[in-house]
Amino acid sequence: MNAETTMEEPLTGTEKVETKESSSSGKASYTRNVNPFWVIVRKEISDHVTSWRFNILVILLALTCLGSLYTAITSIGTGAKANEPDDAFLFLKLFTVTDGTLPSFTVFISFLGPLLGIALGFDAINSEHNRGTLSRLMAQPIHRDYVINAKALAALFVISVMFFALCFLVMGIGIIRTGIPPTPEEFLRIVCFILISICYVAFWLNLSIFFSVRFRQPATAALCGISVWIFFTVFYGMIVNVIAKVSAPTLMASESEVIRYKQFIQNLLRLVPSQLFSDATTTLLMPSVRSLGPLTMEQVIGAVPSPLPLGQSLLLVWPQVTGLVAATLLCFALSYVSFMRREIRPR
Amino acid sequence: MSDNIIEFTGVSKRYPTHTAVDDLNLSIRKGEIFGLLGPNGAGKSTTILMMLGLTEPTSGRVTVCGFDSTRNPIEVKRRTGYLPEEVGFYDDYTGLENLTYTAKLNGFNDRDAKSRAEELLARVGLTEASGKKAGKYSRGMRQRLGLADVLIKEPEVIILDEPTLGIDPKGVDELLTLIRKLSHEDGLTVLLSSHHLHQVQEICDRVGLFVKGKLLAEGTISSLSQDLFSNQPYLIEAGISVSAAHVAERIYKMLGEVNGVLSVNRNAGFFEVGCSRDASADIARIIVESGADLRHLQKKEYGLDDIYNHYFKEKIESV
Repeated sequence: MNAETTMEEPLTGTEKVETKESSSSGKASYTRNVNPFWVIVRKEISDHVTSWRFNILVILLALTCLGSLYTAITSIGTGAKANEPDDAFLFLKLFTVTDGTLPSFTVFISFLGPLLGIALGFDAINSEHNRGTLSRLMAQPIHRDYVINAKALAALFVISVMFFALCFLVMGIGIIRTGIPPTPEEFLRIVCFILISICYVAFWLNLSIFFSVRFRQPATAALCGISVWIFFTVFYGMIVNVIAKVSAPTLMASESEVIRYKQFIQNLLRLVPSQLFSDATTTLLMPSVRSLGPLTMEQVIGAVPSPLPLGQSLLLVWPQVTGLVAATLLCFALSYVSFMRREIRPR
Repeated sequence: MSDNIIEFTGVSKRYPTHTAVDDLNLSIRKGEIFGLLGPNGAGKSTTILMMLGLTEPTSGRVTVCGFDSTRNPIEVKRRTGYLPEEVGFYDDYTGLENLTYTAKLNGFNDRDAKSRAEELLARVGLTEASGKKAGKYSRGMRQRLGLADVLIKEPEVIILDEPTLGIDPKGVDELLTLIRKLSHEDGLTVLLSSHHLHQVQEICDRVGLFVKGKLLAEGTISSLSQDLFSNQPYLIEAGISVSAAHVAERIYKMLGEVNGVLSVNRNAGFFEVGCSRDASADIARIIVESGADLRHLQKKEYGLDDIYNHYFKEKIESV
């Protein structure tokens, strides 16, 4: 088994890109047998790429990206002030600046990313089961976890390709319209931003895959995913506000108490993946951000208002990134375990 | 021993609420068509799932082609084709694409997979429909596509779970003929489960009767009926029309005195005579000589239905 997998590894890179065509044109050039795992991945990718659902989401995302890019380009000239530390990173502003008519690119991603993740995952397992194809699939000589791994990997791959394409498109148009090429550091920051975005969407993807294992009806799974998303985006903030009001320190409170209170509220907010995501992306795309928590006057006094180098920015968001990855892995582990334990019965 | 391709030894499967399969011991020989019979919920499907390693037996061991189904399901599944009860296909894929996908999962490369799929579609008579979306297939066509799907991996054993469910009589006939033909041509071992006794009776070499997780009996249909009805292996039905009641009474008496007759049942218009030998000639003579009209004389053979009912009666009595 292992020998087979390693043997196939060099092939995978090229196969993934072919996705659809290879099945129809009958690539006669290689006679090597493909590991069944990659057969499933290929099928899943081609299913995603040809599905209405995914294409509609791509169009939606592309339109919003172009919209936010347009507002960014129009406001980038007026917004730039001479002595701002972020000015050295004018190109990054394409992703963050807005004139108020449309949200910025990052806000759009943090809003539409969950939708994308949920849409790609909510019927991964249960629709297969409802169609009666799961037991047929399971009767083939494949390991059981191939199915769930392949589904997660295929969706992740599709998301990654889409995000890279989208962001590079934004960059390309940005270069043409503004005439400013990105510096290597800016480019690296953008790549990091893309990777974090993929992690963020992967969290929602795995959450919805988990629901698709748990619930027989795809509609239930989708609703669960969406309600978690709405809870986090709308209600969670309200709940935290209530808690904040109740536990607010008095006017007489000492400085350390106030700081502790602020940190408590912030930590509550950081339980939400979208907060982690926006913390991470703002830090990466605005190099002038030097702390995500409260800063005391002593810490600020004497600080040179200069941007942080990439390494320092990454260090700053490391907890956030770790948290996102951990949440993603947790969701996947849960769905993996409950899928492996399940008895595969026909419909 | 080496002839047995499927072997169950002391297999049980218990769920928290009930026992699906209870201490099953069964061996199936290479090349035979074995029918797993029983009412719904008797544990047939669970038995099949355990053979494929899709669920673990609580105790006992299942081996298929010499491989342990629980420990080494991949090897078992490489050699076993399984057609689930309600087989599903990817509806927006054509029949050919569905088969090609299965072939690829079984390690065929792209080109071989396609040619193999086409070959099998031809074998099950779906060549014209190969470009049609599987979602548009009729029930019978889906079942035939399922059969092709099962055969694509060149299995040694095929397991069909309720293959005839929901197909019209003509379709059933065609499907069963196809199964028998394939089994003979390729020397396949076929295990099929069903609760349609008549259909199974036609093609099975041996059957096993399943009730509430227990295998009540196994063997060929004739050996089962001999075991069960050893006291009166022949049942002869004679239809008569008589002018007067006393004639019928006389015939009834005389039939009881015939050598080898064990029981006589009198019904409106016909007698049922159970005997230890073929006494139809004597019965005919008695009826004709006594002045009644003999409408028909029929030797009944015990079928699966009778065997089945007999076992159920026993089961209910024992409970």
